[in-house]
Amino acid sequence: MALSPADVLSGIKEIVEEVAGIPAASIELDKNFTDDLEVDSLSMVEVVVACEERFGVKIPDEKVTELATVGDAVNFIVNAAA
Amino acid sequence: MSERRVVVTGLGATTPLGGDVETTWKALLAGQSGVRLLTEDWRELLPVHFAARVAIEPADQMERVEMRRLDRSEQFALVASREAWKDAGSPDDIDKERLGVVIASGIGGVITLLDQFVNLNEKGARGVSPHTVPMLMPNGPAANVGLELKAKAGVHTPVSACASGAEAIGYAYEMIKNNRADIIVTGGVEAAVHQLPMAGFAAMKALSTRNDAPQRASRPYDVDRDGFVLGEGGGVLVLEEYESAKARGAKIYCEVGGQGLTSDGYHIAAPDPDGEGVQRAIKFALQASGLSTKDIVHLNAHATSTPAGDVAEANALRKALGADADHVAVSATKSMTGHLLGGAGAIESVFIVKALQERLAPPTINIENLDPAVTIDVVRDTPRQLPAGDIAALNDSFGFGGHNVVLAFKSL
Repeated sequence: MALSPADVLSGIKEIVEEVAGIPAASIELDKNFTDDLEVDSLSMVEVVVACEERFGVKIPDEKVTELATVGDAVNFIVNAAA
Repeated sequence: MSERRVVVTGLGATTPLGGDVETTWKALLAGQSGVRLLTEDWRELLPVHFAARVAIEPADQMERVEMRRLDRSEQFALVASREAWKDAGSPDDIDKERLGVVIASGIGGVITLLDQFVNLNEKGARGVSPHTVPMLMPNGPAANVGLELKAKAGVHTPVSACASGAEAIGYAYEMIKNNRADIIVTGGVEAAVHQLPMAGFAAMKALSTRNDAPQRASRPYDVDRDGFVLGEGGGVLVLEEYESAKARGAKIYCEVGGQGLTSDGYHIAAPDPDGEGVQRAIKFALQASGLSTKDIVHLNAHATSTPAGDVAEANALRKALGADADHVAVSATKSMTGHLLGGAGAIESVFIVKALQERLAPPTINIENLDPAVTIDVVRDTPRQLPAGDIAALNDSFGFGGHNVVLAFKSL
């Protein structure tokens, strides 16, 4: 099922706020998970697993390192679900 | 260099009687019980339907996101350490290479371990939290406090079952004494109110099954005692080298005189009925502290309310203290807090520090008929005034495995 980028972004915002306690309002497409949002490696695993469950996609471990920004994650998930 | 002395400059606790030291201490002096019926359905699996849960949930004392990465035992450690650090005057500008943390737990993150095993079975490996290992490791409570305070002199976790909390304080004392550190945040925590550890203790016949009167269940030294009541929570002390504590103008509660450590070499769980190892531990603690039995006016006993343990301990105390046991006010505070396992020696050390400060020995509740085999002077029902002048007190803690730890505290 196709997902809209806006829906995915809003879902990621909720997940990152839940997992890492970062206010959803500060989470934007150009933010880097590590440098801007301070999501550590363990919390990133939680974010990935939560995204897989929520959007019904598979995010292979080797892809996770390529998802530097929130925008990268949105694009990957939208394409994977298409 | 002159002999380094170790003093207590901060206290923190989260217990079945209160979310901090003052609330806990007031409830203790009032003879209140922290034991409650469990509300979880799983209690029906067990012969025991009650425990002593903390009075204030960590959720009311810390941020949600912080909590989800911490085992309950780690949450207790942070709550109590924050209180103790603040009580010590938040000395954040001290040299971090001279700051250490020694916090023990008897079992570690057992609730995390069991919860994540359920996740694994229900959702597969992908469902297991990446925080599992840092949450279940027994050094997790010490490690998290060490991280928060940026301690760099060493972060340690002695494990000796129900003696762990006392052993941690002794280890911290040695670190300062031996010039490895100037200030240590130390204590013990436990979070094991869960059906599996409770079923394990119940299988050993170690737990009271007085389901019709949970608040009367923990009754050390009473003839009808039938086992201990599991408690949760923790206690933390800030120990500091005397001269540096004075130099920064710290409030000083009392001195840690020394410790005595022995092992029974007798049985994995049963106490040595002769209590020979306990007697030696008391002797060593007195020697290390430059004290004699005459100086001791108060003792916070291990006394868990088990049929064998209480009498073995009481006999050992009588033998070790001799005629001087007649002027030692013995308090069995587990009658009110339940048994916090690895947290027990730590909260009981907090209680001793308060007892020396306020010159009050807390009561022992629920003794309806004192076991005639108990020949020590037990403080019953109401607090007892301790003498003025220079006084000293002991805390003894024992653990499955035959561990004996005795800590000596002196007024200053």
